[in-house]
Amino acid sequence: MKSSDFKDNEYIDQLVAELNASGANVVVGTLDKLINWGRANSLWPLCFGTSCCAIEFMHLGAARHDMARFGFEVARNSPRQADYIMVQGTIVYRMAPVLRRLYEQLAEPKYVIACGGCAVSGGPFKGSYYVVEGVDKILPVDVYIPGCPPRPEAMFYGLMQLQRKIKVQRFFGDVNRQEKLKDFIAANPEEADAMK
Amino acid sequence: MVNIQEKISAWAPSATFEEGEVLCATVADKEWYKLAEHLKNDLGFDYLVAVVGCDWGETLGCMYYLTATATETTISVKVETADRENPMLHSVCDLWKTALIQEREVFDFYGIVFINHPDMRRLFLRTDWVGYPLRKDYDSNPELNPIRMEDEPNEDASFVCREDEKGNVTKEEYNIFNPDDYVVNFGPQHPSTHGVMRLRAAIDGETVNKVVPVCGYIHRGIEKMCESKTYPQTLMFTDRLDYLSAHQNRHCLCMCIEKALGIEVPHRAKVIRVMMDELMRISSHLLSYGCMTMDMGATTAFFYGFREREQVLDIFDKTCGARMSLHYNVIGGVVNDVHPDFIKDVRALCAIMPERLKEYHKLFTGNVIAQGRTKGVGVLSLQDAKDYGVTGPSARAAGWKCDVRKRIPYSVYNELEFDEITMEEGDSFARYLVRLKEIEQSVKLLEQLCDILEKEEGNEYIAPKVPKIIKLPAGHWFQQVEASRGAFGVYIESRGDKSPYRMHFNSPCLNLIGSVDKCCSGYKIADLITITASLDYVIPDIDR
Amino acid sequence: MFDFGLVTNWFNDLLLSVMPQWAATVIECVIIGVVLLLAYALLALFYIFYERKLCAWFQCRLGPMRVGPWGILQSFADMFKILIKELIRLENIDRFLFALAPYLVIVASMLCFACLPWGNGLQIIDFNIGIFFMTAASSIGVLGILLAGWSSNNKYTMIGALRSGAQMISYELSIGLSILTVVVLAGTMSITGLVQAQADGWFLFKGHIPALIAFVIYLIAATAETNRGPFDLPEAEHELTAGYHTEYSGIHFGFFYLAEYLNLFIVSGIASLLFLGGWMPLHIPGWEGFNAVMDFIPSIVWFIGKAVFISFIIIWFKWSFPRVRIDQLLTLEWKYLMPIGLFNLVLMTLIVVYGLHF
Repeated sequence: MKSSDFKDNEYIDQLVAELNASGANVVVGTLDKLINWGRANSLWPLCFGTSCCAIEFMHLGAARHDMARFGFEVARNSPRQADYIMVQGTIVYRMAPVLRRLYEQLAEPKYVIACGGCAVSGGPFKGSYYVVEGVDKILPVDVYIPGCPPRPEAMFYGLMQLQRKIKVQRFFGDVNRQEKLKDFIAANPEEADAMK
Repeated sequence: MVNIQEKISAWAPSATFEEGEVLCATVADKEWYKLAEHLKNDLGFDYLVAVVGCDWGETLGCMYYLTATATETTISVKVETADRENPMLHSVCDLWKTALIQEREVFDFYGIVFINHPDMRRLFLRTDWVGYPLRKDYDSNPELNPIRMEDEPNEDASFVCREDEKGNVTKEEYNIFNPDDYVVNFGPQHPSTHGVMRLRAAIDGETVNKVVPVCGYIHRGIEKMCESKTYPQTLMFTDRLDYLSAHQNRHCLCMCIEKALGIEVPHRAKVIRVMMDELMRISSHLLSYGCMTMDMGATTAFFYGFREREQVLDIFDKTCGARMSLHYNVIGGVVNDVHPDFIKDVRALCAIMPERLKEYHKLFTGNVIAQGRTKGVGVLSLQDAKDYGVTGPSARAAGWKCDVRKRIPYSVYNELEFDEITMEEGDSFARYLVRLKEIEQSVKLLEQLCDILEKEEGNEYIAPKVPKIIKLPAGHWFQQVEASRGAFGVYIESRGDKSPYRMHFNSPCLNLIGSVDKCCSGYKIADLITITASLDYVIPDIDR
Repeated sequence: MFDFGLVTNWFNDLLLSVMPQWAATVIECVIIGVVLLLAYALLALFYIFYERKLCAWFQCRLGPMRVGPWGILQSFADMFKILIKELIRLENIDRFLFALAPYLVIVASMLCFACLPWGNGLQIIDFNIGIFFMTAASSIGVLGILLAGWSSNNKYTMIGALRSGAQMISYELSIGLSILTVVVLAGTMSITGLVQAQADGWFLFKGHIPALIAFVIYLIAATAETNRGPFDLPEAEHELTAGYHTEYSGIHFGFFYLAEYLNLFIVSGIASLLFLGGWMPLHIPGWEGFNAVMDFIPSIVWFIGKAVFISFIIIWFKWSFPRVRIDQLLTLEWKYLMPIGLFNLVLMTLIVVYGLHF
C-alpha cells in the first residue's frame, strides 16, 4: 500500500460537515456534537492485553508515544468505567467467555478494537485447535488494527479512526451493535426486557 | 557415562540404552519410580529439566531430562505405556516438584494419568474439553469442541490416583478448595497478572493462605501446530512464546535444528546472534523493572525503564525491521547482515546504561517503602529453586549458579568474559536486584562483542550450505539456552520428515508459575502482587 | 488588603432594601449554592488537568495537549463523556446503599469545601468551631466508601472498603492531633480567628519546631485520608483493580473521581489555613515595600495558590513512591505518627504556656 493512501481518511470528517450543513436541527445538533466530541476525546481503555500487543500498548502509553496527549490516558482496570476494549492478542477458547463477559460489563457507549493479527483473524495461529479465529466471532468489532504486533503508530491510527467513527455515530448509528442486539433478542425472547 | 549406565541397569534390570547426545535409558513403568529415587538420592540428579510427553504411535509416554547440578551430567529417561485407553504412569512429583506442573501438562495433552500425583486437573484446556489434542489420533472435529460461551463446569474438581501395595489403583475425587475458604480471583483480566494468568487465592483477612494458578487463557496449541509445519515455518512461533526473549528462543530452536543437521554457523553470525540475545535481555529486564515498580505503585519508575527500552527497540528496528516479533535468526545464521549503524547504536546504548541504572536505583531501590515491601518477601530458598526447577534470575537470587551461558557455554559465550550474578537471600528484593545487575553484565558483554564484530574478517552471516528443503534425520535432540527468564529448552523428535514428529518447548515460566504457591503462602495480598512481579513470568511462555 | 466583606454586605443591603429578611436570605442561599457547585466542579476539572500535566512532567511525557489549546479542554471532554455514560443496573446488590454511597462521599467533601476561607471576607459559614466542624464533616466520607464497598457485593470492593475503614479511622487521629496542636497555638477554633492570628506571621514560622512536626504529620495523614498514593490501598489499582468503586459506572463513578480530586484540594486548603496563613499574604517583618507588594495580590489568589502548591507536593510523592502494605500503613500510624503527635501536642502546650513561640 502506498503511504499516500493513508491520508484520505478525512472523508469522514468532510462527510460529517456536509451532513451537519444539510439540515440537522441546530439545538439538538449542537448538543449531539458536544456529546460526541466528549466521547471521542475521552476514550478510556480497559486494560486488556493477552500477549505481545499488550507490550506495544504499554509503549503507546510510555514516554515516546504518550497516548495521554489525545486523552486515551486513563486506563481503567474495571470494565464498568472503561469506554472501549482493545483486544490485544490471541483469544483462545478458555478466554472467549471471559472476554464476552468483560464486554457485557462495559457501560454503554462501548467500542471494541481488534488489535493485532490474532485478534483480527487468528493471525499466525489460524488453524490451531484452541484459538478463536478473530474476536469478531464473539464480539462486534468497530476498528481492526492489523500487524503482528502493530507498531504504536498503527495503534494511534486505529484509535483515531475510532474517534472519527464516534463523531459520525449520530448519522449512521453504531449499526454493528444494534444488529447484534436484534439478533440476540430474537434468539432469547425472554431477555428482551432486560436488554431494553 | 558408562558408570551411570551400569548403575541404572543394576537398579532397573529391564532398562535398555541408547547413546545420543545424552544417555537415554528406556525403563518400564514398574521400575521407574524406584530408579528415580536412586537417581536422585544416590547419583545426585537433583534438577528435573523437562518432562516431555510424547505419542510414539504404539505407545504413549514421557521423556524425563535430568541433570546432576554438582557434576553437570545430563541423562534422559524414557518411560512408556502401551495402554492407550487408560494410560497410567507413576508420578515422580514428590522427588522433583517440577513434575507437579509438568506432569499435569502431559496429562492435559496426552491423557496420561500419573499415579500419586496430588492434583490431576487439566492444565491448559477447558475442563469440558473432549479429547487429548497432542495424541496422533486426536479428533479435531470442531463440532466436538465448539467455542463455548458458558463458564467452565466443576473447575475446582480434582482427583488423585493412589496405588496400594498390591498394585490396585483407586481414584479419589476432591475439591481443591475447602467449602469455607474465602477465594479471591486475580485474573484472567487483572492489571498485575502481566497477561491472562488467573490466580485464585484463598485469603484470611489480608493474608494469603493458598494460591492456585489457573493457566491456559492464552494456550494457543503451538506444539501441535508445529507438527504440521516445516522446520523453517516453526521458527516463527518461538518469537511469540516469550516475546520478551524472542531472540534467545529462536536462537535455541535454530541451534537445535543446526545440531541435528550438522550445520556449522559462521562466526560472524554467532556474534550477531549473541549480541541480539544480550540486547533482548536488557530490554526484557528493563520491562521487568518497569512492571514491578508499577505494580507496587511507583508509576514514574515504569516510564524511566521504558525510555531506555525504546532505545533498544530502535536498534532492533533498524536491523530486523520490527520492534517485536523480530524473526531475525534463521537456520544456519541470521536473515541479513546488521545495519551499518548497528555498532554505533549499541555503543551509544552501552555508554548511557550505567548512568541510567544509577537513576533507577536512586528512584526505587533506595526507597524505604520499596525496601520494606520487597525485603524478606516471597523467599524462595536454594533448595526450593532446584526442587521446582526455577531457573534464571529468580534462581540466581537464591544462590543457584544455573546460568546456561556458564554451565554449557554455547555459541561464542566461552570467548567472552562476564560474571554470573548470584545473591543469597532469595527474596523479591534479591530477584529485583539480580535483574538490574544482569543489565550491567549484558552491557559488559555487548562492549566486548562490539570489538569482536568490528575485527571480524568473515562477512558471512549465514552458513553457505543450508539445504533448501530441510529434513532432519530420525532421532531426538534437546537444546537449552539462557533466555531472559531462565533456561529455555527445545526438544525435537524427528522421523525423517520435513516437519517434526514432536516439538516441545520447555519454558522457564511454567516452572516459575509452579512455584507461586510456595512463594506466596503466608504473605499479604499486596505481597502476592510483589512476588509475582518479581518472579517476572510471561504468560504466553507458560501456556504456549 | 481588599475585604470582600464589603461586596457581600453591600449586596445584602441591596436585597434588604427591596425585600424582607427571609426572602433575602433565601436568595443569598441559592446564589451561594450555585456558586459553590460551580466552583466545586470547575476546581475539580482543573485539578484533574493539573495532576495529569504534572505527572506527565515527572514522567518525561507531554500529557494532554490535543483537546483544546494546550489540552485544557481534556477534562471537560471527560466530564461530558462521564455524564452520559450508562449507569449499569446490577443484580444482587443493596440498591439503596449502592446509590447512596457516592452522594455521601460528595456531600462530605462539599461540606468541607464550603467552610474553606477563600479570601478576606469570603467565607460562607463562620462559626466558632469551624475547624472542628470540618474534621467532623470530612469523616462522613469514609462512611460513603465503606457503604460503596459493602453494597457492591464484590470481593475486591469489600477488601477495599475494609482497608479504607481501618486506614481512615487510624489517620483521623493524627489529623486531629496535628490540628489540635495548631489550635493550642492559636487559641481559637474559628476559621477566621485562625487566619487573623497569622496576620503577623504564619503558624509554620511562629510555632517553629512543634508546628513543623505537626505540618509533616498533617501532610502524611492527609494523604492517607484522601486515599492517595503511597496510601491508596482502598483503590490499589494493581491489587484490587479499582478498589471500593470497582462496580460503579457513569456519573456515580464520576462522583468518586471528582471527590477524590476535591478532597485533595480540601486537605491542601486546610493545610494552608493551619500552617501557611490561609489567605494571609507573605509578610516579612521590616520589609515594608515587599509587604506592600504582597498585599497587592488578592487574598483569593493567595489561598488557592497555597493550596495548589501543597497539592503539588502531595501529587509529587504519589507518583514517585511505591504503595505501602496494610500492616506497614497501620504500623506507621499507631507506632510512629500518633505517639509523635501526642508528644508534639504536649510540647506545643508547654511552648505556649511559657511563651516560647514567636
